[in-house]
Amino acid sequence: MLTLENVSKTYPNGVHALEKISLEVKPGEVIVIVGGSGCGKSTLLRAISGLDTPSRGRVVLDGVEIKLPQEQIGIIFQEPRLLPWLSVADNVGFGLDNRPRAERRERVAEALARVGLSDKADVWPRELSGGQAQRVAIARALVPRPQVLLLDEPFSALDAFTRTDLQDHLLYLWADTRPTLILVTHDVEEAIVLADRIFVMRPRPGQIFEEIPADLPRPRDRQSAAFDFVKRRVLAALDRSLARDARIDDRKTDAETGAAMWW
Amino acid sequence: MSLVQMSVRDEPVAVTEKPGRKPGFGRHSRLVFGLVVPVVLALGWEILVRLGLANGRLVPPPSVIFATFAELARSGELQRHILVTTSRVAAGFAIGTITGTLLGAISGYSALTRRLFDPTLQALRAIPSIAWVPLFILWFGIFEGSKITLISVGVFFPVYLGVMGAVMSVDRKLVEVGRAFRLSPVAMVRRILLPAVLPAYVIALRSGLGLGWMFVVAAELLGASEGLGFLLVDGQQLGKPAQIVAAIVAFAIIGKISDWIIVLATAPLLRWEDRFSAERVAD
Ligand SMILES: Nc1ncnc2c1ncn2[C@@H]1O[C@H](COP(=O)(O)OP(=O)(O)O)[C@@H](O)[C@H]1O
Ligand SMILES: [Mg+2]
Repeated sequence: MLTLENVSKTYPNGVHALEKISLEVKPGEVIVIVGGSGCGKSTLLRAISGLDTPSRGRVVLDGVEIKLPQEQIGIIFQEPRLLPWLSVADNVGFGLDNRPRAERRERVAEALARVGLSDKADVWPRELSGGQAQRVAIARALVPRPQVLLLDEPFSALDAFTRTDLQDHLLYLWADTRPTLILVTHDVEEAIVLADRIFVMRPRPGQIFEEIPADLPRPRDRQSAAFDFVKRRVLAALDRSLARDARIDDRKTDAETGAAMWW
Repeated sequence: MSLVQMSVRDEPVAVTEKPGRKPGFGRHSRLVFGLVVPVVLALGWEILVRLGLANGRLVPPPSVIFATFAELARSGELQRHILVTTSRVAAGFAIGTITGTLLGAISGYSALTRRLFDPTLQALRAIPSIAWVPLFILWFGIFEGSKITLISVGVFFPVYLGVMGAVMSVDRKLVEVGRAFRLSPVAMVRRILLPAVLPAYVIALRSGLGLGWMFVVAAELLGASEGLGFLLVDGQQLGKPAQIVAAIVAFAIIGKISDWIIVLATAPLLRWEDRFSAERVAD
């Protein structure tokens, strides 16, 4: 069980990025966070990962407070961040350095097979396409078998076709060991394809604005009426999350503006 | 040097091409092309002197230079001077590289150290290094000590600057990957920082070595009884221009060879580099 207790974050430069975020995430749940740019989504993920610490509040995984990066928590960034001087296989095995060589080789080969890149094991990262590189990054994060996997806009730099492909792929990988997934995106369809629950955030300071359940049967049909219903709910919530902000700013408040500018 | 060669390449560059796959012909024809001007000049001069149309005393023709070179080599003189000069460069290069690497790494890593030391070092760098010679002679004597110190100073600055810049520009995002995988400080250096700075480090070493060769000439011109620089002075004082040119040629050859050694020794570590001209490492 992953719990966030009143997590707040103020950066040293005074930016108030998060205000009292509280969440409970069950093991194996898929949580998707959407929200406008700058509303603290990355800050939240970094606090959960232990790469950064909250100014106030706590992040607790199975009763243990997280203050530093943990083996049970994996993170995938917007860019693949592969180490260019390691082969693809060595990148995937990066987190297994303390394991015996035979075990490492076996688990790397297995992970590469699961992301469909067995034939790329010995090439340099520069020889991969964007989608392939991100698949390697996913394999690298999954190989130590984390309980929680954090993904910060992992597919946003990819073209639409590759993106849907990788969403399916992520679900396929997730189904194996069913880690808790917390994924940030600005693609509403992506949120609904993946999520059990969707959290819409609002900015300045970053807060949870609305929680929207997305308990549609899997695999999800993007064409279905239920999908469309959730999609409209999320878009409306995004509109309102920004509209309130806009009113404070004394700007236009109509939903059109919100829909056009929420990302 | 590679820049110059790069600019004269006329065929489109295959960026994704792997090292070693370059067809040999392109490289050879380029080499031959580059030799046209010097060979024509040398042959032309040789012919002019042979025909008596020019006096070859101050600018000796290639045949005379070659004969001098061969004579020096046969008597073992050339090897002795090369050995002395090379040892001086090696010693100065070692000292300059070690100090430059350590100080550069510390200054790149810690902003506090950088603010403390860098202004002083930059001020020292602004001094033309030859200006130190009298002081070095007073401090370290007129023999090896002052020469090696001068060479070390020459090597130190490019290495220091290169390492500092390389450490400072290590991609923060890759460091974060190391943190996410809970690397210890030592593992962080070994698995992220060292490989990340290696390409820039090799370039720093190469420019350091280049300056090392430059400074050994200065050191030996200012007083030496052995070394290629001594051959230069000796050739001037005894009016033997062919000996001067022979020494210059020797400098060029061993300078290029030592540069090649660095390039070849580090090439296997840099195969991953996604470079514009990755297929031409050894040029
Ligand atoms: N390292 C940092 N130092 C100071 N301010 C930051 C830092 N990182 C993010 N911020 C600020 O915190 C707010 C939230 O940023 P972020 O979490 O990156 O938003 P999002 O990921 O939702 O786009 C923004 O206003 C951003 O400018
Ligand atoms: Mg972000």
